[in-house]
Amino acid sequence: MQQLAGARTLTHLQRLEAESIHIIREVAAEFDNPVMLYSIGKDSSVMVHLAQKAFHPGPLPFPLLHVDTTWKFRAMIEFRDRFCQEHGFDLRVHTNPHGLAENINPFDHGSQKYTTVMKTQALLQALAAGGYDAAFGGARRDEERSRAKERIYSFRDRHGQWDPKNQRPELWNLYNAKITKGESIRAFPLSNWTELDVWLYVHLEKIPIVPLYFAAERPVVERDGALIMVDDDRMRLRPGEQPRLERVRFRTLGCYPLSGAIRSSATTLPEIIREMLLTKQSERQGRLIDFDEEGSMETKKREGYF
Amino acid sequence: MSDDPLISSNIEEYLRRHEHKELLRFVAVGSVDDGKSTLIGRLLHDTHGIYEDQLSAVKRASKQGTDEIDFSLFTDGLKAEREQGITIDVAYRYFSTETRKFIIADTPGHVQYTRNMATGASTADLAIILIDARLGVLQQSRRHAFIASLLGIRHLCVCVNKMDLVGFDEDTYDAICIELGRFVERLGFGGVVFIPVSALEGDNVVSRSPRAPWYQGPTLLEHLESASLAPVPGSAFRYPVQTVIRPNLDYRAFAGQIAAGAIAPGDEVMVLPSRQRSRVVAIDTFEGELEKAHAPMSVSLRLADEIDISRGDMLVLPDQLPTVGRRFEAMLVWMGERALDPERSYFLKHTTQYVRAEVEHVAHTIDLETLQPAPATHLELNDIGRVVVSCHRPLYFDAYAQSRATGAFVLIDSITNNTVAAGMIVAAGGHESERERGGPSGRPRSSVSRAERHERLGQSGAAIWLSGLPASGKSSVAFALERVLFDRGKVATVMDPNDDVTGELGPGGSSPTHAPELARRLADAGLIGIYAFESPLASDRAQIRERVGPARYFEVHLATPLEVCRTRDTHGTYDRAHGTPPFEPPASPDLVVSAEHDDPDSIAEQIAGALAQRGLI
Repeated sequence: MQQLAGARTLTHLQRLEAESIHIIREVAAEFDNPVMLYSIGKDSSVMVHLAQKAFHPGPLPFPLLHVDTTWKFRAMIEFRDRFCQEHGFDLRVHTNPHGLAENINPFDHGSQKYTTVMKTQALLQALAAGGYDAAFGGARRDEERSRAKERIYSFRDRHGQWDPKNQRPELWNLYNAKITKGESIRAFPLSNWTELDVWLYVHLEKIPIVPLYFAAERPVVERDGALIMVDDDRMRLRPGEQPRLERVRFRTLGCYPLSGAIRSSATTLPEIIREMLLTKQSERQGRLIDFDEEGSMETKKREGYF
Repeated sequence: MSDDPLISSNIEEYLRRHEHKELLRFVAVGSVDDGKSTLIGRLLHDTHGIYEDQLSAVKRASKQGTDEIDFSLFTDGLKAEREQGITIDVAYRYFSTETRKFIIADTPGHVQYTRNMATGASTADLAIILIDARLGVLQQSRRHAFIASLLGIRHLCVCVNKMDLVGFDEDTYDAICIELGRFVERLGFGGVVFIPVSALEGDNVVSRSPRAPWYQGPTLLEHLESASLAPVPGSAFRYPVQTVIRPNLDYRAFAGQIAAGAIAPGDEVMVLPSRQRSRVVAIDTFEGELEKAHAPMSVSLRLADEIDISRGDMLVLPDQLPTVGRRFEAMLVWMGERALDPERSYFLKHTTQYVRAEVEHVAHTIDLETLQPAPATHLELNDIGRVVVSCHRPLYFDAYAQSRATGAFVLIDSITNNTVAAGMIVAAGGHESERERGGPSGRPRSSVSRAERHERLGQSGAAIWLSGLPASGKSSVAFALERVLFDRGKVATVMDPNDDVTGELGPGGSSPTHAPELARRLADAGLIGIYAFESPLASDRAQIRERVGPARYFEVHLATPLEVCRTRDTHGTYDRAHGTPPFEPPASPDLVVSAEHDDPDSIAEQIAGALAQRGLI
């Protein structure tokens, strides 16, 4: 980010950026085999951008890992492949082979089972297979209540699980990287960013993001109060459901059958940000997996989800 | 989230403004009773930091049957805590105005508040302390102010809350300001501000209260937006190297976050610990080279000379050197469930390096009731104390009061890997310790602690003392036991009377006079010593027990019958003694065995079993 001439203090985005770069460099220097989780969303885009800054002009000293449930939006996969190829990133993609063999999908098995198998278990498999001792995630503390107390270095036991009662005190910028073989750390460089910060930064830094964030005519059905996009012919329509074209966009991206779209005409970043500011609905509302039960994100995190 | 008319009318201008906000981090301290959670909830609510679905969730969860919003519910966190109804950890909350973004470290007031407050305060520029206007200044308020100053927070903001419940009485407010003002005066804050508020009703939090016309100062939010964030002028340049960026042979830069001060191309720098000098050629960033950089920017520095520099080294200006040393005095906030153990070595993380360190000496703790120093020998969870720390390698540091980033460290338990203490360096040196001078004889001493040896060897040292008549089978059993222990992965060695050196007997055929010291040293080294000396006198064995320590001493009585011993004797001991050699059987041995029927191997197995039961192996 360009330094303001003569400025004595940094702007909030410059301070957040400096902190994130420091965290990313610490993890890269302190762990033997780190990996950066790449979910293709805007937060991942910002995190990868910060990592590029941290090691410029060198390459990223760690690979990117994408857990592919096979139910991501097609536009996300296209974006991922082009983005990684352009920048020469070492991209590793993992899908849970057992889940694939058993055809675990969001329609037959429900969002909870599906998420456990295709996301949480798949992630743990990929981390174990790669022997990664640290994994970067793009989570922010403002996303959800249970994240407000998350550490920047979040300790996971040898089963990849998170115990909220057994987290280490974290002071200053002195992160504790000491682990025993088999244990690992999830590192969250964007901990102190808010959704607005991320959008402002995407705008200021002209960071490319998946087109699904921008409004366009897309085929959707209205289901359980959410607008679900019919991204391919695997979408199971219920009786009476008829896909229709609507101008919609997505506030968060995940698996298309589980991501609710919002009606919108915002086609530029400022318009998206305006819409976000005027919409008094918090971000994860569009993501259906949180609504299974009270405190469900916390339950998923205990099991190993990001 | 915001009702700024610019959002609708001119979003580009709105973005431009918000992209140039500053960042202020503050810690809010107080118990639920003081209304701290309500105050934070109020700040978030009135600055539109709360989303509608969060608001409706909180409205649902607020006490049923009332329309009131329980603002304290905005800041609750984990399910387990919600069930217990207490906050037990630091939670971070965010809100933003047009001029600043705010990060709140919300720290609980009741349980483990010292540990949590220290954590929240470590990154804060400002501390908000709440006082219940009805109760006045409590000891808790002084304690909070003390910890805030200990952690080096510059701005103190005292919110005198629940003013609505005292009718916005100016005298009540003044009395509190005078009383606490007198106390915090000597704590060295850059600025102290008092504000009369009602968090519940919103007076002087975001909007000015018409009910306290006598108050001319800022509202809480006005103060948060205007408190100075300018770096302390004249800070010395400190640059701990995080990593070396070397994509090819032509490029090498040292990446780091400037911890203090400023740097420009052309400046001469010194590298610690090598003390080599070079010049900054360029300050590199993703955007290009900078003409100047200052804390807390993350940059990369290229130097004029090919000097060997790696992570953990520090770049400084040659005329502004930090202290370089292995020992320093520090204030510690103990955070571990296990008390501080001066016998153990810890990992110490300071800037970008880890070193092994011991807490040599606890000078005193702070009595949190009186805030006065109190004598102490160790620290427990939530204790604050002044200590002397000794590191195995030199650190490059400043006093915490001068430079937070280079005066702070954490201690990590080397076995559990937990962070167990936060440290703030007060000064170099401290009184000369035995370790620094060497022992009483002036020679250097071991810097390997018992805990480290235990960690390496998987055993604590011990002395296994075999007692019995001459020819009762001590040596055979000793070597059999050595074998058994070795096969169990233990490190043991036999001290045998038949060895000319170790076996040189003391007066009257007793165990060697150096035996007690020998036994202690082997045990200290983490080894299991097996002793087969003749030790007819109970007083000799008591001496060994005393020197080694009862916990590490294990006495086996080989109660082989006299006749059996006599027939097995090949040294002529019984002949020379003209009868029975002197032997005082132990009054309370740890184990009694007999070589009459059992062979040495099975006796050794019996002993090993007993050692395992005692936890010695």
